[in-house]
Amino acid sequence: MVFQYAPAPESTKIVKIDSSYGLFINGKFVKSKDGSQYKTINPATEEVLSEITLAGKKDVDLAVKAARSAYQKWSKLPGSVRGKYLYRIARILQERSREFAVLETINNGKPIRESRDVDMPLVAAHFFHYAGWADKLEHAGLGPKPQSLGVAAQIIPWNFPMLMLSWKIAPALAAGNTVVLKPAETTPLTALLFAEVCQQADLPPGVVNIITGAGETGAALVNHPNIDKVAFTGSTEVGRLIASSVAGTKKKVTLELGGKAANIVFDDAALDQAVEGIVNGIFFNQGHVCCAGSRLLVQESIKDEFLDLLYERVQTLRLGDPLDKNTDVGAINSAAQLAKIQELTQSGEQEGADRWSLKCDLPEKGFWFAPTVFTNVTQAHRIAREEIFGPVLSVLTFRTPQEAIEKANNTPFGLSAGIWTEKGSRILEVANNLRAGVVWANTFNKFDPTSPFGGYKESGYGREGGRVGLAAYLKSENKK
Amino acid sequence: MLKDHPLVLPELLTEATNSASALKKFLHGLSQVDKVGADARAAMLATRSIKTSAKLEGIDLAITMIDLTTLEGSDTRGKVKTLCAKARRPDPLDPTVPSTAAVCVYGDLVPFAKLELADSDIKVAAVATAFPSGRASKEVRVQDVREAVANGADEIDMVIDRGAFLEGRYLEVYDDIQRVKAASGTAHLKVILETGELKTYDNVKRASWLAMLAGADFIKTSTGKISPAATLPVTLVMLQCIRDFHKATLRKIGMKPAGGIKTTKDAMKYLVLVKETLGDAWLTPTLFRLGASSLLNDLLMQRQRMKSGHYSGPDYVSID
Amino acid sequence: MSDLTVMRTHKLFIGGAFVRSESGRTFVLNSAKGTFVANVALASRKDARDAVLSARSAFEKWSGATAYNRGQVLYRVAEIMQGRKDQFVEELILMGSSKRDATKEVEQAIDQWVWYAGWSDKLAMVNGSANPVAGNFFNFSVPEPTGIVAIIPTVTPSLYALVDSVAAAIVSGNSSIVIAAKKSSLVALSLAECLATSDVPPGVVNILTGDAAEIAPWLASHSDVNAIDLSGISKKDLLIELEKAAAENLKRVLRPDKNLPQGLNRINLWLETKTVWHPRGY
Repeated sequence: MVFQYAPAPESTKIVKIDSSYGLFINGKFVKSKDGSQYKTINPATEEVLSEITLAGKKDVDLAVKAARSAYQKWSKLPGSVRGKYLYRIARILQERSREFAVLETINNGKPIRESRDVDMPLVAAHFFHYAGWADKLEHAGLGPKPQSLGVAAQIIPWNFPMLMLSWKIAPALAAGNTVVLKPAETTPLTALLFAEVCQQADLPPGVVNIITGAGETGAALVNHPNIDKVAFTGSTEVGRLIASSVAGTKKKVTLELGGKAANIVFDDAALDQAVEGIVNGIFFNQGHVCCAGSRLLVQESIKDEFLDLLYERVQTLRLGDPLDKNTDVGAINSAAQLAKIQELTQSGEQEGADRWSLKCDLPEKGFWFAPTVFTNVTQAHRIAREEIFGPVLSVLTFRTPQEAIEKANNTPFGLSAGIWTEKGSRILEVANNLRAGVVWANTFNKFDPTSPFGGYKESGYGREGGRVGLAAYLKSENKK
Repeated sequence: MLKDHPLVLPELLTEATNSASALKKFLHGLSQVDKVGADARAAMLATRSIKTSAKLEGIDLAITMIDLTTLEGSDTRGKVKTLCAKARRPDPLDPTVPSTAAVCVYGDLVPFAKLELADSDIKVAAVATAFPSGRASKEVRVQDVREAVANGADEIDMVIDRGAFLEGRYLEVYDDIQRVKAASGTAHLKVILETGELKTYDNVKRASWLAMLAGADFIKTSTGKISPAATLPVTLVMLQCIRDFHKATLRKIGMKPAGGIKTTKDAMKYLVLVKETLGDAWLTPTLFRLGASSLLNDLLMQRQRMKSGHYSGPDYVSID
Repeated sequence: MSDLTVMRTHKLFIGGAFVRSESGRTFVLNSAKGTFVANVALASRKDARDAVLSARSAFEKWSGATAYNRGQVLYRVAEIMQGRKDQFVEELILMGSSKRDATKEVEQAIDQWVWYAGWSDKLAMVNGSANPVAGNFFNFSVPEPTGIVAIIPTVTPSLYALVDSVAAAIVSGNSSIVIAAKKSSLVALSLAECLATSDVPPGVVNILTGDAAEIAPWLASHSDVNAIDLSGISKKDLLIELEKAAAENLKRVLRPDKNLPQGLNRINLWLETKTVWHPRGY
């Protein structure tokens, strides 16, 4: 008798996509003043989903003006009232979570299992968490009367479109700021649906403005003289540009950038859970995760046994239609990202690392990359140093805890790291010595609105989540 | 399968059972299980969507894997007769429904079950060794097995001495299982760990290895008399032990979750667990069983719905 | 003959040692009244480089010291400064302060060491948190030092600003490199002598005297410097140049501001938050 999973596609009927979208400025969808249009696609099928506005400078200016004008009232509202708006939004997001999950999967390529079970529950949780902060700002750690900053320019990436939106908008609004948010070029649709949620929640016009576009739109927003805060999540390359472009201004900045996390497996680890953690660490969301555990550091004494288990487990991954409820690995988000992954994996082969890729059928249309593991990788290889942002794991080994820590820290990044050992004192000492903002011990890729997230070194500065995430949108009261 | 791979263990494993201290060292040296991680993996697998053709396949497969069970003080010959009829032809109205793998009864009722199932492939399993507590002398426990085998039992479901296990007297548990194995003769031995009393996954892992080392053909979660009985993460941990034991010895040990598996949805989750942990090779009644009673009727009702396109009701399946 | 003054030689303070500038250069420090005070080492790019090396090698041990120990070390600096209070007052007067202002500034500077010393073992309590995540995890956040902080303190008040900016950086375990303006070089080097005779490990504070416009760009662009305090940069062009250079490796930057962060917020500038997750289960 056989038992093969039948296709189990999530219905897309719940989602309505307009043929084209304007910009969400001052509470309304408006046509662009000086922008143009581009097409957004489903990366799993390359099907065109909608025409999106590429906002121009005038559009950016209008959005900032709307945010500035809304700021006057919004910042002076009692915190409890701002909180109630955020609670409303959280509830609506919960009620419409399936719709958001499906739309996210269509526009991003991530498996519906993840958008449904990870992204959207966390999105609602973030709004709930920060809703409760709005009337408790005096506990943010900045004195009895902390002040909001003003207008926040927020630019988010394509890997977790809604989750990153929630990380940006929820604390900004709770603290009394207004925002102009630009979703990533390739994944604008859920942010535009979120604009509808703002309308549904009767959020005052101009408090949230959403403008779509690519790098130039983002640059215009960051460089706009009338913004007070820049919050950016994305590549270290763009983070550098932003940090440089605000030089000499009074703009406050928080940056969540790239990573090259080490996931360290000691020989006394709970092996099956460690394997799960490694798989989840690098293949979750196709490896499009800034904190992905892209470097496996395994102790030499268990290397063979551990890699056997790892390969066996990777072979059970189901790659394919992101809307299928049983899919584990979805589509790569764009042709450009696929090309980058291919280029880096080729360099891995050329530099002498051994490549193993999951044997599976890749769909003919769309952008796909089979889960891949490189062994015989050295610290000097590009695949051990550069962020690949794809489902590619580089395996290195170590002999002693000191060597593991040295190798883990030997990178300009410092976003996250993983430790797998059943020895408590070792966990604490290794965690202490890792130069990374998030250390997952015997778990990986876990997120929570109460848990601060952000990097050391070139992984950026500032934290999102929890009290410190709130403080990033506040300043102490001026003494004078 | 025992015939293919007689009980010859690699040197490392035979050394492990040479003395009480060696065995303790071996079991305590197994890599530990992180509860949160194991639970998360089981929960993730539980989200697999089994629909349409997969569900039809899964339902029939699950039926063939059922040890249809009655283990009540009030069991009678009549009850056993009904049970056997149901095992033979689960849905009287639909001859395409396969038979169950076995019926599972107390040892004294084995002769009646054998009689009812005489001309079928359906096995008769007997619980033995002072089931369910196991609290009896070595001699009494083994005698219980001998009687069940003499009565014609094809399979013996024994319980381990959890008290001895929790006290760390592993070699005594090991010897006990070996004695039962010897007494079972050609009958297949399922070793019940009663995981609900072992509490931790580390204990489940140690007990699984202990049972497999001692000669179990199957390892089984529960008697059904203790709550919690079978759970998905406990089953996952045991399946991973079976996988590791197979790597070490080439012996394929079977798995039987029992107790608390009531719905088709539950059964599908267990099949998913097996498929994604041990692979399709284990998706056969010779290597996977579901210890259950009311599950069968839910499988039948779901099967009827899928064939007819409308929901069925309890009056359309036979009560046991 | 006995009243002939022995002149102090003013060197750089790098890695716990007083060294001449690698470049061999000096500058003439005159008093506010224009009289000759001393020849002072004029730090160069290579001195800055050496200072970064010594700061990096000091970082692991200093950041790994117990908070109690760091607190004691900072308090010890206050004790030593107290013993040399008159000298600091004289030096400030020489550079143009009134006696009253000079006395007040030195007292405040000493108090600042004491105040910061007390923070060392409270930072983690006040800034850290146990985070109640939705799941079976123990999750906590702790503050950790950013690494190497380059500091260009404001020039007035010179001693107070030096102490305030350095203490705020090192109390949490950072190591530091200070560019002291020429006008501040007297008190900067007296401070260095206090640091050298207290228990501050070599390399934790490095003091370069000279021209920020010349040296700061090398520190701002140095890949092994993690943060930069630009509060003493008054020229807009230089500020932009430095901030742009600092962007290359995403340094944490403090811009000049009339309302510089005070108190704990000043310390927090040079702290990272580390969050650790661990599952809970039997």
